[in-house]
Amino acid sequence: MAIIERPTPVAPVVVTPTETYGLLKRPVSSTGWRSWVFTVDHKKLGIMYAVTAMFFFIVGGIEALLIRLQLAAPNGKVLNADLYNQMFTMHATTMVFLFVMPMAAGFANYFVPLQIGARDVAFPRLNAFGFWALLFGGIFLNLAWFLGGAADGGWFMYAPNSGPVFSPSNGVDFWALGLQIAGIASLTGAINLIITVLNMRAPGMSLMKMPIFTWMITVVQFLLLFAVPVITVALFLLSFQRNFGARFFDVAAGADPLLWQHLFWIFGHPEVYILILPSFGIISEVLPVFSRKPLFGYPFVVFSGAAIGFVGWGVWAHHMFASGLGPVSVAVFSVATMAIAVPTGVKIINWTLTMWGGKLWFTTAMKFAIGLIVLFTVGGLSGVTHSIAPSDTQQTDTYYIVAHFHYVLFGGAVLGIFSGFYYWWPKVFGKMLNEKLGSWNFWLMIIGLNLTFGPMHILGLQGQPRRMYQWTEARAGEGFFNLAFWNLVASIGSFILTIGILFFLINVWVTSRNPQKAPLDPWNARSLEWMTSNPPKEHNFDVIPTVHHLDEFFHRKYEEDEATHTMKQITTAEELIAEQERNADKHIHMPSPSYWPIVLAFGLPVITFGLIYSYLIAVVGGVIVLFAAYGWSLESSTAPESDFENPNSSTELVKHG
Amino acid sequence: MAETAHGHVGSTGISNVKLGMWAFLGSECLLFGGLISTYMLYRGRVTGGPRPSQIFDIPFTSVSSFVLLMSSLTMVLAVSAAHKDDDRKTNLWLTVTALLGATFVGGQVYEFTAFYKEGLGFSTSLFGSSFYTLTGFHGVHVTVGIIMLMSLVGILKRSSVPGKKAEVVEMVGLYWHFVDIVWIIIFTLVYLIPV
Repeated sequence: MAIIERPTPVAPVVVTPTETYGLLKRPVSSTGWRSWVFTVDHKKLGIMYAVTAMFFFIVGGIEALLIRLQLAAPNGKVLNADLYNQMFTMHATTMVFLFVMPMAAGFANYFVPLQIGARDVAFPRLNAFGFWALLFGGIFLNLAWFLGGAADGGWFMYAPNSGPVFSPSNGVDFWALGLQIAGIASLTGAINLIITVLNMRAPGMSLMKMPIFTWMITVVQFLLLFAVPVITVALFLLSFQRNFGARFFDVAAGADPLLWQHLFWIFGHPEVYILILPSFGIISEVLPVFSRKPLFGYPFVVFSGAAIGFVGWGVWAHHMFASGLGPVSVAVFSVATMAIAVPTGVKIINWTLTMWGGKLWFTTAMKFAIGLIVLFTVGGLSGVTHSIAPSDTQQTDTYYIVAHFHYVLFGGAVLGIFSGFYYWWPKVFGKMLNEKLGSWNFWLMIIGLNLTFGPMHILGLQGQPRRMYQWTEARAGEGFFNLAFWNLVASIGSFILTIGILFFLINVWVTSRNPQKAPLDPWNARSLEWMTSNPPKEHNFDVIPTVHHLDEFFHRKYEEDEATHTMKQITTAEELIAEQERNADKHIHMPSPSYWPIVLAFGLPVITFGLIYSYLIAVVGGVIVLFAAYGWSLESSTAPESDFENPNSSTELVKHG
Repeated sequence: MAETAHGHVGSTGISNVKLGMWAFLGSECLLFGGLISTYMLYRGRVTGGPRPSQIFDIPFTSVSSFVLLMSSLTMVLAVSAAHKDDDRKTNLWLTVTALLGATFVGGQVYEFTAFYKEGLGFSTSLFGSSFYTLTGFHGVHVTVGIIMLMSLVGILKRSSVPGKKAEVVEMVGLYWHFVDIVWIIIFTLVYLIPV
């Protein structure tokens, strides 16, 4: 190995664009707002995804609180019936499409390249485009609030209720077209991450040496790749019906409204695994680190994740047991639904056995991970009860269903996301979140969510239907199971939950003002993303690591003692990273920033806006898209060599875009 | 590993752009799957409008289908010429492919006009809505393909293709063949199998 002089830290080099693409030259700024808006850096985009998702989490949360305020007492007067319909529709749409999915995309964007030892994703500009499309799609969806009312048909927008007769405002149009834009974002993101994982792993990293989070994200991207086009079709049919007079869901013309239900749930059931698997991945990283043990049965966790991905395609009709599918379909989908509980159960056992006999370290991240195991199991068990079709028929459209999916989505997906926040915060921002505030954050959320969603089991079994804007004293019943008491408990619980989440926001604020830097490897972690500085450099790794083990970073720090067969530490993260810096690659060519992703993404809502209001505007949007597509394809993703030439320093080491 | 995007050959031995196109086409299968299912469900529901057998002109559509399939052959010739770095022939075959594609789209426009005159509007019946949606989506895909082919000719002339030329031509080729294969399925299910 040649000894290379240790590079001195290099200031970002300004790239001088030599060529014009379309009408615009390549952006050059590497500081200020431009460095964010035109960036193609997967880490910056990951943060932007997460911030956007957090914003929509707050929006969706306020919608949820209004719903709970309305239902706290009989004959609620907070919202009228119409507004209530819009509120629950947009609450679900926002939480599913604009909070959990983008948040998972944020984690995936940030950590997948780091975990596989890559310097960026396969298509950096496509990555940027995906983010902007999501943001503009989300804004477009919510514009409907100010333009005559939001969508009001429930998040699954059953036909023919979604038709112009029953939903006369433009809300459903905004909903359908906004989700198309978000769908484009998901599709491009899926293609990008799949190719990144397949093609850009560090030397030596076989698929079965990939960190488990990356594995779960890969499964999710395949689900997205094949699920998104199905809802795309459904949304096109709906838009064509509403805007161009097609007859797809027009019962008078002999249409079959079940077509919508099938198309929606063929997308919709894989979608629930799209929501939960990233969180499974996160806690599969967190549990081993804080149990001081490797993940128990890594291949089982991988293959059960993949099995969920496959079987997830064969259970959609359990959302439709009440629609009269016929005994054979019902039986098949019942059995498939029972079967899909098996791989999930395998995962729960693996997590439990990971902790078994470990030296447990109850950090906030660990607490959230354990919270997920417990509460997801509760939601999973009520899920299995839905596979029993006669019982499900009874529960359909009651609060029992609402209780179930909030346990799996809040108790599962959201707790996993919060676990990820506490675990990776020092990696992303170089500072540790406050553990004491974290404890408040955790316990208030756990108490709040059980108080909110636990009573909904009772409400549902007592027969309170979903989506009813009022309940009356006369029908509340008496005794322990009366609706009035449990509705009030649920509403109080939702405010405790809100305070819990406020503690997280306070924690973020307090941490940002705390000058203390986090240690390089605060948790004694196991995977490659921790073998970088905090936060990672723009090019991630000074040297692309060669991988020999699952948990590569751990195996570089620890070696087995032949005599005692225990692992003993041979080096520290600081030394490993210092060694990387000494041997840093001389020429690292990072993809350059670009105007085109944001311009192209901006064209999309202009087109959809035009489809609702005036075709002239749509044409303008089309021109923007076409213009941006040409600029994009003429511009190479990396600036030409000559752009980097800097007369002041001839021995440039790192080339920043 | 430092180089990204175009022309980069990674762990699988296939370049990112080509692998990306394969993934996209996998997704497109489900898109057309959904549209074809919708059509198959609704093809017999005519509510007073014309039935499929009353308006389809099988010989005409067979000829335009043949033209589209031949464009796959010329596309193969274009890819082959691109691999040999023969710019002149690449341009020639790309142009011929685009022209054949345009002939097909022209045929479709004619066909739509004829059907409309015979009383099958978009809103006439479930058959009408689903027929125009399915074949329309395919037509839009062919049109996008033509735009890509013609843009490629323009870019090749300026010789400013980012990345390897043959790679880009091959990627557009993958898309073009996919659109042709989908048409074989649509043609069989929509035109040849009687309701």
